[in-house]
Amino acid sequence: MRLLSNAAALLGKEVRTEFRSRELLSTTIVFVLIVVVLFSFTFDPTSTESHRFGPGLLWLAFLFAASLMLQPCFLREQVNDTLSALRLAVVDPFAIFLAKIGANTLFLLLTELLMLPVFAALFNVTFRGQLPGILLTFFLGSLGISTAGTALAAISAQARMRELLLPLLLLPLLTPILVAATEVTVGLMSPDPVMQWKGIGFLAVFDVVFLTALWLFGEYLLEE
Amino acid sequence: MDLPSERKIGLRFTKIEKRYGAVYALKNVDLTIAPGDCVALTGRNGSGKTTLLRIASKLTRPTRGELSFSGMAENGNPQAGFVAHTTMVYDELSAEENLLFFAKILGVVNRAQRVEQLLREVGLAERKDSLVRTFSRGMRQRVAIARALLANPSLLLFDEPATGLDPEATAWFIERLRKLRDSGCTILMSLHGESEVARLATRAVRLEAGSVVADTCAGATFQSIFLFAGG
Amino acid sequence: MMKRVVLSAAAVLLVIAAAYASFFVAPEERTMGALQRIFYLHVSCAWAGLTAFSICFLCNLLYVWKRKEKYDWLGVSCAEVGTVFTTIVLISGPIWAKPAWGIYWTWDARLTSTFVLWLLYIAYLLLRTLIEEPDRRALLSALFGIFAFIDVPIVFGAIRWWRTQHPAPVIMGGPNSGLAPGMRGTFFFAVLAMHVFMWFLIAERYALEKMRGDVELLRQEAEVS
Repeated sequence: MRLLSNAAALLGKEVRTEFRSRELLSTTIVFVLIVVVLFSFTFDPTSTESHRFGPGLLWLAFLFAASLMLQPCFLREQVNDTLSALRLAVVDPFAIFLAKIGANTLFLLLTELLMLPVFAALFNVTFRGQLPGILLTFFLGSLGISTAGTALAAISAQARMRELLLPLLLLPLLTPILVAATEVTVGLMSPDPVMQWKGIGFLAVFDVVFLTALWLFGEYLLEE
Repeated sequence: MDLPSERKIGLRFTKIEKRYGAVYALKNVDLTIAPGDCVALTGRNGSGKTTLLRIASKLTRPTRGELSFSGMAENGNPQAGFVAHTTMVYDELSAEENLLFFAKILGVVNRAQRVEQLLREVGLAERKDSLVRTFSRGMRQRVAIARALLANPSLLLFDEPATGLDPEATAWFIERLRKLRDSGCTILMSLHGESEVARLATRAVRLEAGSVVADTCAGATFQSIFLFAGG
Repeated sequence: MMKRVVLSAAAVLLVIAAAYASFFVAPEERTMGALQRIFYLHVSCAWAGLTAFSICFLCNLLYVWKRKEKYDWLGVSCAEVGTVFTTIVLISGPIWAKPAWGIYWTWDARLTSTFVLWLLYIAYLLLRTLIEEPDRRALLSALFGIFAFIDVPIVFGAIRWWRTQHPAPVIMGGPNSGLAPGMRGTFFFAVLAMHVFMWFLIAERYALEKMRGDVELLRQEAEVS
């Protein structure tokens, strides 16, 4: 199907470009590290409490990082108007979004997985044996953040004050992700780990709803 | 390599209007371009040439009016080859990578061969592995032209295509354009004043403040259309 | 013109009547006494706010589809009015909570969700100030409005689930839970009055926006010629 092959080709290019310079990944990882460290100063994690509020801080750090990391998404395409070239070449503009969502989800996921051991060390939490659950949560959460974030990045790229605008639009919208992902992660990192499927359900619903909305309205986001 | 008549594309602009707030980039433009025509668009800066081209490429939606195609593109996407003011290529990729990428998306058969052939034609075969970031304006323009020609489009849209090209590259471009025109491609190009490129046109249209003010189809001469084409 | 005068008069009179009813007609609540009366304002504003935002959503969809300016004007009017009503909800909640629970804010499921809703529409209004060209502004804010609105049920659901994990005081229970018959009448009258008032505010705001649009068009035309 042309849509999927277009998206795959675009995704390939995005990933290849990023791994060549690694500038987005490296800055994002360092940013999350800084935020998590600062949080650990402010919240003095003793073992009994930290598994309860730690995950919330972790997801907050991811959300802040994402709202910065997603900025270049469409700004890059404005430099030489390559967005027009893409729009001319692809059959369905949704392919452009799918590719960018895929790339952003991948980058976010990589950042999160790299941060996991650091977080666990600083906040004295364990996730022994809960890795599959955590991976699922991170994946669904990152997918949601990327989907909404990519859509809003397309909007903010066309407005003024875009660096401040994107977090302003994105963070309230991502409330369900923050709440649900935090709850599930708290459950997985507690001394008696428990899997909150309802939370996973909310993440999945968010992902499906926003992917569908983007499929329906994406072309208008890119319109001139 | 003549295009069979079914593959030729004609365009019809009907009462096209493009408005940005109260500013009219295009006002009530009626223009029919026959399949295989090579049309030179001229006019001052801000007369609407670029907007008309972007509407023809379906990048920009008109505020009012309709654009229809005849020929193979009647119900589909004409997939025009577009060379714009901006180069529309990625700085952080090499010339070859850029072309291979776009060729993949466009579904070009025998990508590698086609890209190699085009790079040779535009004279960038030696620099194919250099990042576009390192290229001069003229070299970028050549990559942009190569990109436009990748999928052998039947409709070509050029916005001041000879900008930045040195005399050698300009001569190559004119030859290429002649071949494309003779093979039946429909070409719509915006130009700044009379030039070698303009001489290839079979028709000329002058825009002023978003409206068509002169057309060789309506009796005007080529000279008169280009005479006042200042910057 | 006549219609607008009648609407304004009706709106104001109804609100005054509803206020009177809240204070003097509705029976006093058993446990909380006079304080509970703020409920009529709080909940009727909440419903009116949601109605306004729903109309805004419809306008957003219609604009993307039809591209007629009037949908943009109506959309922003509804968004602003909805935000005003939501602000009243967010202020009246704590006013009740302080005497009732001793704290101004509780992360009560509905109040929290309302706060997020409020933030989303503030973002919508801010977005509009950052795009100059009218057609772009209308389209992009309509698209954001659509994303914001479809997010709202998910926000409500997620926060309510979160609250079941961490129970907190609930502000004024459910709207119809345990509403005595005497109260019900006043309550629905208050809701009606607020909706008429909402309609009046939207109509006035729309007229203003329409005028602004026309003036802007004239100004730009004057600049060009």
